[in-house]
Amino acid sequence: MTETNTKPETTENHADKIWEFFCSLKLTVIILLLLSVLSIIGTVLQQNAPAAEYIKEYGQANYELFVNLQFIDMYHSWWFIGLLGLFSVNLICCSIKNFPRVWKFVREPVLIASPGVLKNSANRLEATSKEDKQQLADRLAVLLKKEFGTPQRSEKDGKLYLFAQKGIYSRFGAYATHLSILIIMAGAIIGNIWGYKAYVNIVEGTSTSQVWSRGGQVPIDLGFTVRCDDFDVSYYPNSRRPKDYNSDLVVLENGQEILRKRIEVNDPLTYKGITFYQSSYGSAGNAFFQIKITENATGKVMNIKAGQGQHIKLPGGYAFSVSDFTATGRFGPAARIHVNTPDGRHGTPFMVLKNFPDFDVKRGGKFSFSLIDYNEPQFTGLQVAKDPGVEIVWVGCLLMIFGSLTAFFFSHRRIWVCLEDAGGKTKIQVAANAHRNQPGFSLTFDDLKLKLEATIENKSSKKEG
Amino acid sequence: MDSGTLFNVTTIAYFAAMVLFFAYIASKSNTVAFVATLTAFVGFLINTAALGMRWYESYQILGQDGRAPLTNLYESVVFFAWTIVLIYLLIDLKYKQRAVGAFVMPFALFSMLGAQMWLNAGIDPLVPALQSNWLTYHVITCFLGYAAFAVACGVSIMYLLKIGKEEKYQGDEPMAGILGLFPSCRVLDDMNYRAIMIGFPLLTLGIVTGAAWANYAWGTYWSWDPKETWSLIVWFLYAAFIHARFTRGWAGRRTAWLSIFGFAATIFCYMGVNLVLSGLHSYGGG
Repeated sequence: MTETNTKPETTENHADKIWEFFCSLKLTVIILLLLSVLSIIGTVLQQNAPAAEYIKEYGQANYELFVNLQFIDMYHSWWFIGLLGLFSVNLICCSIKNFPRVWKFVREPVLIASPGVLKNSANRLEATSKEDKQQLADRLAVLLKKEFGTPQRSEKDGKLYLFAQKGIYSRFGAYATHLSILIIMAGAIIGNIWGYKAYVNIVEGTSTSQVWSRGGQVPIDLGFTVRCDDFDVSYYPNSRRPKDYNSDLVVLENGQEILRKRIEVNDPLTYKGITFYQSSYGSAGNAFFQIKITENATGKVMNIKAGQGQHIKLPGGYAFSVSDFTATGRFGPAARIHVNTPDGRHGTPFMVLKNFPDFDVKRGGKFSFSLIDYNEPQFTGLQVAKDPGVEIVWVGCLLMIFGSLTAFFFSHRRIWVCLEDAGGKTKIQVAANAHRNQPGFSLTFDDLKLKLEATIENKSSKKEG
Repeated sequence: MDSGTLFNVTTIAYFAAMVLFFAYIASKSNTVAFVATLTAFVGFLINTAALGMRWYESYQILGQDGRAPLTNLYESVVFFAWTIVLIYLLIDLKYKQRAVGAFVMPFALFSMLGAQMWLNAGIDPLVPALQSNWLTYHVITCFLGYAAFAVACGVSIMYLLKIGKEEKYQGDEPMAGILGLFPSCRVLDDMNYRAIMIGFPLLTLGIVTGAAWANYAWGTYWSWDPKETWSLIVWFLYAAFIHARFTRGWAGRRTAWLSIFGFAATIFCYMGVNLVLSGLHSYGGG
């Protein structure tokens, strides 16, 4: 070796070392452990809360430290994303390094077992037969085809070889799992760049064509209009626990009704890649009441529509107003009403119950009230999401599940048969192996042994019992 | 008989099985080992019946709003005990290493005792967010995974107890004393790996079904909520375990420790997040 050669070799050594570093399983283990330990931070320290909350809890100095270390949004910090990036590089390098070795099993299967394999394999069989090796090979090929897959025949040095395999795909399980992680990451990145998470509140009977991004100040145009025709909450019997809430949504484009759906929690509406999820609800302004009033002295009945807080005139200079209302009171919907006297004095408030229309008669006032009906306008709170990466994520998830199951539970099983002439007889050697779960394969091979022996002797294995 | 009584009987059976497994280690009697396994199996059948009874009771109490008993902390803990014994019995079928029972049955027993003593066993109707078939798939896959990790943890403890002695031990005879009844460290390591091999795809499936459900209910498959993050931490730890096993210097003691840390993180993900941290899964805390 000359002097001039040394220099490029050291740089090559450096490159090799870097390559080996990125390929090493030790790096994988360390990255995985680091990811798991660092992820804890964000579960202990609240993420993306207003600055004042951190300052109150931890003090100004600590808050500034958190900001500098990006602990406040740690899952999007440069160091966390960087670690995920390093993880991907490690994954890709490992796969590039090992894949050719595995691919060789597909491209260049070992058709001819070496004498070593035939002698030392944990799963082996030796037998002799008076029959011709071609005849034997034909029969064994039928058995192997049934048990393993179509065998490949080859001849070398006057010996006849059979080779069959199954489950070669299982060697790719780990690679599929690794690829799936990259696919999921790609899907997440696509969703982050071209998608959004937003929300919108729509009052019953109104419509909107804009939604509000979480944390953003500028509304997002949907490109179509969504109208909420109706919103309903139902409760479990004798309980205030909501059972269901749902909104009748209508999608409109250029004033034309395109789509109509009643959405509920766990059943959203999707149009043009944008999905609307039932998320919350609330009261949107004052309720309206249909009230029946009886003047007790005359028996005169009036049906009046009143808004909450509105003062409405009654005969004789009196007036009344609904000051409060609940739809979910102990006795059902209940309105609090008071009557003002002609000289303007505020009367004692009383309750009127929708479910008991004659209840107010007992009060014995000048007028008796019954609540006939009410209409409480509500808004429906919708989460709005657009995520063009979500399908890619699901593809990745499916690949991960099948990949890991394949990697763990299936193995590549191979079997070799060697037939050679030995003094007028034929010597038969069989060897088999599995690249994983050898104990399990030994049991399978014990069964196969019986069938092989029966085939060699040209008997049915069943008859032998 | 109501489900509460059946769960009490289950607890007693698991306690008896545990004591019998200890007795086996002390006495080395194969009969005791057989009776212990049988007791665990009977307890498992009663546990199954209790879960079925609670399912039936939910229809009696809630009418058409009845549901599979997988909806609150109490139900999940008694289901967890069921999955632990299920996975244990399946692994026992294959390995027939009875001493392992002494290190796995305590997990099932503590689950049952914890549920009986501290958790609210009421049957309440479901809030709208939980009314989904995804709930069932999500809970079943997660807990089968957790149970496999519990078995792996028990086996890892045995491994760490034995490995020091086994390395020093010389001679062809089996080791004397209690450790002699333990499977060899090679078998324990294999069992550990097998259990995690079962648990890891199930955990993956649990996380994926959870993500799919979250996406269907809220439009986000991942929001770094503490429960989600902790499930990912657990996933990272067992992924590290799987790779460490093929890495020189990591296989052996360190992987056994990883399996134990993994299970500790699993328990924190399951209980700690609900009790200590808050998030989307807080309604599971009832």
